[in-house]
Amino acid sequence: MDVKEKMVKRAAEEIQSGNVVNLGVGLPQKVANYVPEDKIVFLHAENGVLGVGHAASDDEKDPDLVDSGDIPITVIPGAAYFDSAESFSLVRSGRLDITILGALEIAENGDLANWMIPGGTVPGMGGAMDLARMAKRVIVVTMHTDKKGNPKLKKKCTFPLTADHCVSRIITDLGVIDITHEGFELTEIFEGHSAAEIAEKTDARLTVVANPKIICY
Amino acid sequence: MENKLGKIKTVEEAMKYINDGCTVMMAGFGAIGTSYVLCQAIYEKNVQDMTVISLDAGDVGVGLDNLVCNRQCRKLITSHIGFTKGCVDLYNAGELEVEFSPQGTLAERVRAGGSGLGGFLTEVGLNTIIEEGKRKITVDEKEYILEKPLTADVAIILAEKADEYGNLVYSKTARGMNPVMAKAAKTTIAAAKEIVAAGSIDPEEVVTPGAYVDIIVQERGEWNWPWM
Repeated sequence: MDVKEKMVKRAAEEIQSGNVVNLGVGLPQKVANYVPEDKIVFLHAENGVLGVGHAASDDEKDPDLVDSGDIPITVIPGAAYFDSAESFSLVRSGRLDITILGALEIAENGDLANWMIPGGTVPGMGGAMDLARMAKRVIVVTMHTDKKGNPKLKKKCTFPLTADHCVSRIITDLGVIDITHEGFELTEIFEGHSAAEIAEKTDARLTVVANPKIICY
Repeated sequence: MENKLGKIKTVEEAMKYINDGCTVMMAGFGAIGTSYVLCQAIYEKNVQDMTVISLDAGDVGVGLDNLVCNRQCRKLITSHIGFTKGCVDLYNAGELEVEFSPQGTLAERVRAGGSGLGGFLTEVGLNTIIEEGKRKITVDEKEYILEKPLTADVAIILAEKADEYGNLVYSKTARGMNPVMAKAAKTTIAAAKEIVAAGSIDPEEVVTPGAYVDIIVQERGEWNWPWM
């Protein structure tokens, strides 16, 4: 199994039956492929769907039905459509159990930066600020370091924040790290990696739980 | 159709309300939910210097992207322009002003504008660059940002079906900002794929009550979707 598949498979284990879940564009979206079919999960697309189904095949494509990444989708039986204001009422009022997002940087206090690099292209934050601030639980799925090998987990974010103190768990290509009052805490390690390696690639203090679980897929 | 209230008009008549310098609300998410006939009419009339309020800037070659790349917009109030390279380039070159608002906050600002409210209080954007220049208000020991309402001269709406009184129903994710923006403009122009007689739509199914809708036109044409 490819490393990104392992990350999204592990992320899918966070989702419980009955949860309302929003998956960010890109890698987080692939989490849907690993949610077991016996779980009833309501995937929320902020453009106005609760109950997103699988991606539409060529025969199923409907120009009026896409997700928040402009991908043609289907819906599950029991889905609902609503307008954009209603969609974010659902998010802000605490009905969104989990959002899974990507990240540029995460600070040890749970601050998240994922929408803008100073001096780079500014696409806009879309719904990321609303989701990160107001979801009951924010899980980040990201590579542990950026393309140049620089740590993404830091003492403090240097990029503009999406929301402060919002992340509770980070799933990287190396392991699973929780945000605690004492900062980053390593709880699980992907097979083939070590706590020492993960600490070295983390630009902040990293505590390690006793006997961290080794994830083997 | 009798057209008892005279709301059903031609696109040419509707376009009299969209002029240089006006503020336009345009519904659509990657242009899904954006009226083709009205967006194209604005393009062909070459209306200049518009401020457009929209969740995003459309997608490449569809919706608002066409008006932005044709240099018809002075300013966008939006949450995302990343789907459209042309728009990003104009913004980076300083030739397009963009005010970013988080998507849910933008939707609620329009809802507030369309509900006769002076704004609303939200946590979204606290301790980020979004709070810069905005008032913060503490209610029951909790801090919020005061976000102001948005209104416009004209709202461009796409409906699946309209009756002659302007009662509207929508289709799937083409609903989006349409019902929210339909309430928030001085003149609301709805392009409907089907126009029916009053009484043809079950009152339980009406999403936008006709009182919000000033002009109804026949929707025609279809975007050339980049992702279909």
